[in-house]
Amino acid sequence: MIAHIAWREFRNLFLSPLAWCVLAVVQFLLAFIFLAQLENFQLVQSRLLAMEGAPGVTDLVATPVLTSATTLLLLVVPLLTMRMFAEERRSGTLRLLISAPVSLYQVVLGKYLGLVGLLLVMVGMLLLMPLSLVLGTSLDWGKLAAAALGLTLMISAFAAAGLFMSTLTVQPVVAAVSSFGLLLLLWIIDWAGAINQQFSEVFSYLSLLRHYESMVQGVFSSADLAYYLLFIVAFLGLAVRRLDAERLQR
Amino acid sequence: MVLVSVEQLYRNYGEHRAVVDLSFELRRGEVLGLLGPNGAGKSSTMSILSGNLAPSSGRVTIAGFDILDQPNEAKARIGYLPEVPPVHTDLTVDEYLDYAAGLHRVPRRARRGAREAAKSRCGLSDSGRRLIGNLSKGYRQRVGIAQAIIHNPPVVILDEPTVGLDPIQVREIRALIGELGKEHSVILSTHILPEVLATCTHVKIIHHGRLVFSEDIAHLDDRLRDTAFVVDAGPAADADAFAAIAGVLTVDTLGPGRFRIHHAANASPAPEVAQLAVARGWPLNELSPERRTLEQVFVDLTTADVGAP
Repeated sequence: MIAHIAWREFRNLFLSPLAWCVLAVVQFLLAFIFLAQLENFQLVQSRLLAMEGAPGVTDLVATPVLTSATTLLLLVVPLLTMRMFAEERRSGTLRLLISAPVSLYQVVLGKYLGLVGLLLVMVGMLLLMPLSLVLGTSLDWGKLAAAALGLTLMISAFAAAGLFMSTLTVQPVVAAVSSFGLLLLLWIIDWAGAINQQFSEVFSYLSLLRHYESMVQGVFSSADLAYYLLFIVAFLGLAVRRLDAERLQR
Repeated sequence: MVLVSVEQLYRNYGEHRAVVDLSFELRRGEVLGLLGPNGAGKSSTMSILSGNLAPSSGRVTIAGFDILDQPNEAKARIGYLPEVPPVHTDLTVDEYLDYAAGLHRVPRRARRGAREAAKSRCGLSDSGRRLIGNLSKGYRQRVGIAQAIIHNPPVVILDEPTVGLDPIQVREIRALIGELGKEHSVILSTHILPEVLATCTHVKIIHHGRLVFSEDIAHLDDRLRDTAFVVDAGPAADADAFAAIAGVLTVDTLGPGRFRIHHAANASPAPEVAQLAVARGWPLNELSPERRTLEQVFVDLTTADVGAP
């Protein structure tokens, strides 16, 4: 049942021009960044050869591209999630799901997985760019894999938060703006630590960015993985609760 | 077999009481028409029956499954068409119906057959590849009905199924409801009173969330039976003479020689009135029983207590 909803959602995303547009724009912008980084790398390449333990092409080209991708997707993912429930509620199709013999967690999980499917397509297309470097040089596969996993987890977390925000409102645009606000807050929340040392531990732990930074450097820690999974489960759980409460009080 | 059982259903929106102490049962083969003015609680009742809205108190069981305790078992036995058909405008009719069939646990192999059957019942056989967004309102309504019956549920709940349809479509949908009523239980809400007489076996009128009238169509006729007739016996006729006849309750004068004579139900003194007219030599120009229509009943019941909470 989850797969049925997920597959429909995945295909629905591609029925609207939004998904195509997002894929194209993201690809174009990151291709530009990729080429700029590559150009840069070629400029400094001769000097790097002389250095001991110099950063390689993975560090100087692949990782920056994926890091830029997270920043860009912070803006883009709310646009993809905004319609998930808000639009269904507005057009009345949410009643189809509620009236069907399907649990709410199946509805939420199905829709989420459909969206994650689209995000995986996006990550796959982005990875093609660094992978094209294999034609001319060798990559640090471990680092690239860790960065790709970090990116995937990060945007999956964005999607979960965006999905929850979409359950709160009827207006897709309100959902987009509020999920963007929430994500940006979680992104920069470790700045608070810089001001007050006492809370720095807590805030930097909560920050989405901190957990990503270590992965990009090739450090795969199960604590970071757990952070993202908890983040996703928490927001999906909230979404289920929110939809359930709707039945009770309106 | 009782398919729908509603016991002492209440639903409050804050201070406003949308449904008050509603109880009824529906058996297989019965078609229940819910009537009521706008805001009477029809749609709330239907949302509760379909599991879209939780009741404040009370119990709803569908084919023996409690809608709150075993929601999925109960919902699997319901087909529901909300006021706004829940159709995805960017899908084709076929894609949408396949999706709905899957949601309602129709096995993958049976989906094609279920979809074609629902389409032919709703007159959509030629529209399978059309985009729902390009369909007219009547056709969207048909898609909504097809969605509600695609899994062949024992209970079909239709909220204003004929809104926005042209007269020919209305007839087709009524015929479909009649057909559904043979093997399923159907609950439908409507403003259109003739529709109830044409399609339903039972009528319930809801007003301010309360059940104010409940009758099956067979007995409805008795309820509506004449309790008055109009007599025109020429200018010489005398109201007092008619009033003196046994069984006559009151006589209203409508014009010279024209009266409305009220009497108790099932005890018409029409023969005595005719005899009297003949005995006195009045020309009996008219003697016609007045039937109360469902519309009158509806208007009487829903306007009697304007201002009540």
